[in-house]
Amino acid sequence: MSTFPILQKKAVLPNYAAVRNACKLCTPLGATLAFRGIEGALPFLHGSQGCATYMRRYLISHFREPMDIAASNFSEASTVFGGTEVFRQGIRNVQSQYHPALIGIATTCLTETIGEDMNLLMNRLRKSDEAGTLPILVPVSTPSYRGTHIDGFHAVALALVKQLAGNDGKPGSQINLFSGMISPADLRYLKEVLEDFHLEATLLPDYSETLDGPSLAEYHKIPEGGTKIDSIRAMGGAQCSIEFGRTLREKNTAALHLQKEHGVPAHQLGMPIGVRETDAFFDLLEKIAHRAMPRKHALERGRLIDAYVDGHKYVYGKRAIVYGEEDFVIGMVAFLAEIGVVPVLCASGGESGCLARSIAEVAPDLDDRTTIREGMDFATMEEVAQDLQADFLLGNSKGYTTARHMKIPVVRVGFPIHDRFGGQRILHLGYRGAQNLFDRIVNTLLTEKQENSPVGYSYL
Amino acid sequence: MENFLQERQRQIYRKGEQPYQLDCDKQSASGSVSQRACVFCGSRVVLYPIADAIHIVHGPVGCAAYTWDIRGSLSSGPELHRLSFSTDLREMDVVMGGEKKLYAALHELIDKYEPKAAFVYATCIVGIIGDDVEAVCKRVSREKNIPVLPVHSEGFKGTKKDGYKAACDAMFQLVGMAPVDDIPHISVNILGDFNLAGEIWIIREYFEKMGVHVVATMTGDARIHDIQRAHGAALNLVQCSGSMSHLAKSMKERWGIPFKRVSYFGVEDMARALYDVAEFFKDESVTARTAELVRSELSEVLPQLNAYKKDLRGKRAAIYVGGAFKAFSLVRALRTLGMTTALVGSQTGNREDYEQLRELCDEGTIIVDDSNPLELASFLEEKNVDLFIGGVKERPIAYKLGVGFCDHNHERKEALAGFKGMLNFAREVHSTVMSPVWKLTPRKRENNAKEYAA
Repeated sequence: MSTFPILQKKAVLPNYAAVRNACKLCTPLGATLAFRGIEGALPFLHGSQGCATYMRRYLISHFREPMDIAASNFSEASTVFGGTEVFRQGIRNVQSQYHPALIGIATTCLTETIGEDMNLLMNRLRKSDEAGTLPILVPVSTPSYRGTHIDGFHAVALALVKQLAGNDGKPGSQINLFSGMISPADLRYLKEVLEDFHLEATLLPDYSETLDGPSLAEYHKIPEGGTKIDSIRAMGGAQCSIEFGRTLREKNTAALHLQKEHGVPAHQLGMPIGVRETDAFFDLLEKIAHRAMPRKHALERGRLIDAYVDGHKYVYGKRAIVYGEEDFVIGMVAFLAEIGVVPVLCASGGESGCLARSIAEVAPDLDDRTTIREGMDFATMEEVAQDLQADFLLGNSKGYTTARHMKIPVVRVGFPIHDRFGGQRILHLGYRGAQNLFDRIVNTLLTEKQENSPVGYSYL
Repeated sequence: MENFLQERQRQIYRKGEQPYQLDCDKQSASGSVSQRACVFCGSRVVLYPIADAIHIVHGPVGCAAYTWDIRGSLSSGPELHRLSFSTDLREMDVVMGGEKKLYAALHELIDKYEPKAAFVYATCIVGIIGDDVEAVCKRVSREKNIPVLPVHSEGFKGTKKDGYKAACDAMFQLVGMAPVDDIPHISVNILGDFNLAGEIWIIREYFEKMGVHVVATMTGDARIHDIQRAHGAALNLVQCSGSMSHLAKSMKERWGIPFKRVSYFGVEDMARALYDVAEFFKDESVTARTAELVRSELSEVLPQLNAYKKDLRGKRAAIYVGGAFKAFSLVRALRTLGMTTALVGSQTGNREDYEQLRELCDEGTIIVDDSNPLELASFLEEKNVDLFIGGVKERPIAYKLGVGFCDHNHERKEALAGFKGMLNFAREVHSTVMSPVWKLTPRKRENNAKEYAA
């Protein structure tokens, strides 16, 4: 275990044809998750039955909540002759069972490959006898051979504002917040912060209740909560938009679309993880709300810095492997760098092309001490990590196999958490989230130290 | 019932309330939110536990990512099955074809992991883009001198059952490839047990105590070499009949090996399975040892089961599982614990399965084929059950409504098979049904629903 952040040669990275233990999921999964954050919406996959079932299972194992995803359920015949009939039937059956206000339709590799024309399918449906009773249908193109789950997630926000946000609403004082893929606890925290700033805001999406809901006496077909459809319609008249994600700049995103089409100024920030990135978020809120940071949050910030001081020696020079969605990794690197942990390997299955540049922005002093790699899988990560003398892993539970082989702990954050309880309640964002992360990292390191010590100190 | 799909009405039957009729073996209705998966899932489930082979999913990354280390299938040796390999097809591959990538991936993975065989799963788009998976497999097999087997598991080409069949077809290519001279006459293959939480080791031990040699376990803790000599066994024992009866039938046709349907869940079915095997071999020593084994196991387990029964008597359960055959055992196992079954259903049961279920179940029991979350939730509410037995996708339905739950699917970490397994099952059922947390849930309290009003 190294104590000093020594300069060392960058890891040599091999290139494989196969992906081994992927550090990414397929595009439509992110889309179904985002659609789950819209009030009265049901996600629908235009493709095979298995896609819906696998994604449901994957999401349920993390959120521990019902997660219904419908599928048009392609057969051999519909693959040959086209999916018009299964699509029509699927939408009709979802309607009669769930009475949704909106159906979020994501395509899959199958339907994209056979060239299903979603607009044509929609038009046929709208022209049919059932047109009068149709809920809002929002299609989004999410072939699993293009991008990863995070692209599917952002594509839904963009599709929703493109289709629903209008110009007609009077310019209001409300703001739009596109948070990206975060936990229900993070969403609740953001809502609290905005409320404390007396800002009326629309979060898109918002699965804070739909995927972390209360115990019920009667089953809800579609869980309560989610971004209101009327609020999405009003997004074109908002005062401004905030969008988290440094990799999203210059991309076609929801906030940039609203800026271009409706003149809503877009503020793109990094994910507010750690003090500095959170400061940028709060600075912006102060400007937008014309009020100073509420005392509650100033105190949380103060306590966090105090904790950084109290715990700095436990973490200084420790070496971490960070992985997950790119913007999440960037936020975590910003946080680690400010507490003196060296992220020796920053990896993602995503391939935005912006990971290295963004990490250089949030942690300019890392230089040669880090290896940054897009398009990486866990097996390669493990091979690369052999020479990195890492002290811990920071990321989702899928890093456990690697951590077990390396005999180092994994601090579980992000999505998915399949081997621990309460993944949906992990808070990452803001001063409060940083406090949570800091406490957990310090305690993980202390546990390691204590358990590997022949003495077994009772004061640390 | 008002919101149930019209086209699904004939897949729901209430015993005693209507003349018997139950449709099954149908493609799931579009938009139904079926609990079933796809052809690929069926194949993956069956072949997954083969521990000294690599399993490479040819397609975009999702299908491999969602099945990485997904089940608790244990291996006593190599653990290659716990790795997830994908050709991760991208847009260019879809346009240009994925054969070269598959070829390169197979080469590098076989070099690196030195498996005894490789299974290549075709996913939805592989057939559409026209990759000749078969040809690539043949070529690599020749070059690397190990079996490289294509699994025709395109997701849309049928249901999960067709995936079982594709997996069995792939495995059947292995059978007969190794010598069997040293296999004793009194020998069996175990089919359709996946060694979740070490269950196959429990069963194997019983057979060994009986003096019955186990040739191949398929596919729990399976090895390629054992599968290659599976044709040397005198009898195939098929559990989870849906998934592997196709292989048993193929082996009967090709090698004349008879097969028996068995179940290792619950003391009744477990004992019957052992007696059936003893009866088949008609060997005095085996018969005597079997009787002794069952007697000794039961005398250990029954008193403990009776202790749980005191608390559980009269409690109501619901069952929704993949294969209907397991449901029979569960209904009987619950009866052993003094419990009744108010709802029983499966994803892939066939006509005979449901006939048998109807005979087994009490009046008023709902029997359902290929159900969905809304139906299941409605049945749980209607029948006011204390326990729901199912898999991961059923769990949140039960928990959201404040109903106890027991995972009897691939992710379970407790062995539920065998006599010992029945004790684990009883313990798990008891620990969920008797938990004090239900008393706090809205379903058990009055005027609680308003608490969440905005």
